[in-house]
Amino acid sequence: MDTKESFLRKYVFSVDHKTIGLQYLITGLVMALVGGLFAYGFRSQLAWPNEPVLGFGQVDPDLYNSLVTMHGTIMVFWVAMPILLSGFGNYVLPLMIGAKDMAFPRLNMMSYWTFFLSTVVLLSSFFFPGGPAKFGWTGYPPLSAQPGFSGVFWGGHLWILAIALEFASMLMGGINFLTTTLSLRAPGMSLFRMPILVWMLDIASIIFMFSVGPLIAGAFMLLADRLFNTGFFLPAAGGDPLLFQHLFWFFGHPEVYVLLLPALGILAEIYPAFSRKPLFGYKMIIYATIVAGALSFIVWAHHQFISGIDPRLATPFSITTIIISVPFAIAVFSYIATLWRGSIRLTAAMLFALGMMAEFLIGGVTGIFNGSAAADIYLHDTYFVLAHFHYTLFPITVMAGLAGLYYWFPKMFGRHMNEFWGKVHFWTTTISFNVVFLPLFAIGLAGHQRRIFDPSLFDYIAKYQYLHVIATIGLIVMIIAQVPFLLNFFISMRKGKVAERNPWRATTLEWVTPSPPGHGNFETDPVVYRGPYDYSLPGLKDRDFINQAETL
Amino acid sequence: MMQWFPENISTYGQGVDHVIQVIYWIVGAWFVVVEGLFLYFILRYRRKDGVRAAYEPGTSGKALAWILIPAVVILGFDVGIDLVQGPVWNEIKLTLPAKPDQIIRIKGKQFVWDITHPGRDGALDTADDIQTLNQLNVPLNAKIVFELTAEDVIHSLWLPNLRLKQDAVPGRTIKGWFQATKEGDYPLACAELCGSGHGTMRGQLHVLNPADYQKWLDENSPQSPEVSSLGH
Ligand code: HEM
Ligand SMILES: [Cu+2]
Ligand SMILES: [Cu+2]
Repeated sequence: MDTKESFLRKYVFSVDHKTIGLQYLITGLVMALVGGLFAYGFRSQLAWPNEPVLGFGQVDPDLYNSLVTMHGTIMVFWVAMPILLSGFGNYVLPLMIGAKDMAFPRLNMMSYWTFFLSTVVLLSSFFFPGGPAKFGWTGYPPLSAQPGFSGVFWGGHLWILAIALEFASMLMGGINFLTTTLSLRAPGMSLFRMPILVWMLDIASIIFMFSVGPLIAGAFMLLADRLFNTGFFLPAAGGDPLLFQHLFWFFGHPEVYVLLLPALGILAEIYPAFSRKPLFGYKMIIYATIVAGALSFIVWAHHQFISGIDPRLATPFSITTIIISVPFAIAVFSYIATLWRGSIRLTAAMLFALGMMAEFLIGGVTGIFNGSAAADIYLHDTYFVLAHFHYTLFPITVMAGLAGLYYWFPKMFGRHMNEFWGKVHFWTTTISFNVVFLPLFAIGLAGHQRRIFDPSLFDYIAKYQYLHVIATIGLIVMIIAQVPFLLNFFISMRKGKVAERNPWRATTLEWVTPSPPGHGNFETDPVVYRGPYDYSLPGLKDRDFINQAETL
Repeated sequence: MMQWFPENISTYGQGVDHVIQVIYWIVGAWFVVVEGLFLYFILRYRRKDGVRAAYEPGTSGKALAWILIPAVVILGFDVGIDLVQGPVWNEIKLTLPAKPDQIIRIKGKQFVWDITHPGRDGALDTADDIQTLNQLNVPLNAKIVFELTAEDVIHSLWLPNLRLKQDAVPGRTIKGWFQATKEGDYPLACAELCGSGHGTMRGQLHVLNPADYQKWLDENSPQSPEVSSLGH
């Protein structure tokens, strides 16, 4: 057999869900570095507005807007989505339910390559005249609808095209997750024996599928406005700019939960394994998540309190928004209760998982401010909002993502990452993260509006310039803190301590496979006898867990 | 927390600040309790040799009560927050003063605020209207109603000291109001990304005492007597 072709089949055009999962993870990691680099670019500009930024030169307003737009776009759609949903989803979902692969392996391959193409399209927009999109990651028209308003022509088309491709890829992935879950579970794996992560991935996929339709419609209308002057969003042609906002946020808010749920799912595997306890209130978490998912469709207008919608709409949307805190409180409390009377081991994976919750709580409670319409009059579009959503998105994306990586690394590569450097990575990342974003709450309360390239032009915020400097130093530390991680990751892949099948002594099915699992995953077809979190079951001798595939 | 806020100079700003403070205390207390418990569990239940974890899947009603009762309390606080914030919102955004002292027209465009003040006759669309760029002049303690619109893209009228923000949307005229209670010059900015000049789209709110306001009117009205007498 031609070895070159088999190399391509194995590592490039693979149909194996594990390889595809890794492809998503690696692409997401690379894009995280790109998005982070952009953050460094405009963050430095904010701190020292009159000086050129090392590596970027003088950041003028146009470049600033490009960097901010691309940072937001990349972080949400090219980092959080591919890592959390597609990366971990592809890698662990079939393993966790005892399947040999996804239901549609070829569709799966196509979904990755569609995603890859979207990445190329997005990044290529930097090389077109006019540069990449610079109308904000939310792309509000009319600014985005007529190239004359923002000065981007090709960049805008490519931005829309890239997002369309990315969504197509995610839809293929979602269909695969759901079909796989419904049709390929091992004997005995009833729905209520599935690990929470599988539930979360499926609910997230369903939320995504239900919410994305309106946005796709909006994107097409926007493209038509740009290309054919249809004027859907242009008042001069009888259109309405607010229509786009409704379409966007009907998708945009549920999207937050599309990212949050896989993150919570990752935590649900890690907390029990490292506190040796069953997940507290398994079914209640599932029900609460479904309720929250459903509620997430009736909160979108809280992004539009002051956008000019009828002010009478504020009260119902304020109420639904604040009420969504209840199901999430149930989930969060259950996770915390899982630790109670446990036997907790602070591995790097566990540290990131615990840190995720500790930081996410800050994001959660600050959301209540924005959710109440009256407070939002003042806080909307200030750095307070920015701090709030980074306190949710960063823990979700970065901390839960890293927790999952440290946790499944032994399964993925058959070797362990270095724990010491993992812990160093955790503490430096967490501390610097707070140094970056805590000051931004204060700046926001002082009235600092978002997306301006030079705060020193406004007297009332210029006096807080030192806070921008602190935040930027925090970011530089955070970037440096990723170097040991990257070294640890790539060195451990080849030279790390060899991992056994089940190094964490965990209960879910992926841990009965060899590390890394071969093609087809399981040596013998697994049969499931119990729920996913039987840790410390009374009556067990000499060990404190039973895998789902074991009989007593 | 409140030390970060710019000085409030509107009649309703107090209400906004109050809502933010109420939320701060409620979620702050919750936050401290939950985060404290979380940390306590992590430290208290660290692994010790020979100590086994409890088996507590949280399926019994009694165990779940530990979760559900706090959740119901949270729901109560949520309702409370909405009861506090609702009226403030309604005062600011839902109702306009029945008898405004003045109506001002504000138009956002790339990248200035184009503002039309009524002249000495107090009415818009007359010959003595005063047009300014980025300078919003109002008399102290007057109830001002504004008609806000945009020419090209969405902008957002942002007056931190008034605790007032309102998007300006092309194709719509959105009305709002405020009443400034302290003389002085205050920042006015654009809070919605509107293109390359967004970061420089700034202006000033001048709150003038009646005498100064009259003086400003006299000096700037297009049909002021000096101007017309010069013309003859
Ligand atoms: C590496 C650390 C990060 C830093 C230092 C950072 C910093 C920033 C800053 C300063 C802005 C605002 C720029 C402005 O408004 O002028 C921003 C915007 C944004 N960030 Fe981040 N960010 C980071 C990570 C993330 C992550 C992980 C996500 C999401 C998963 C994210 C999503 C966004 C979004 C959606 C925006 C809004 C963009 C827009 O206004 O168009 N960021 N970020
Ligand atoms: Cu503007
Ligand atoms: Cu603007």
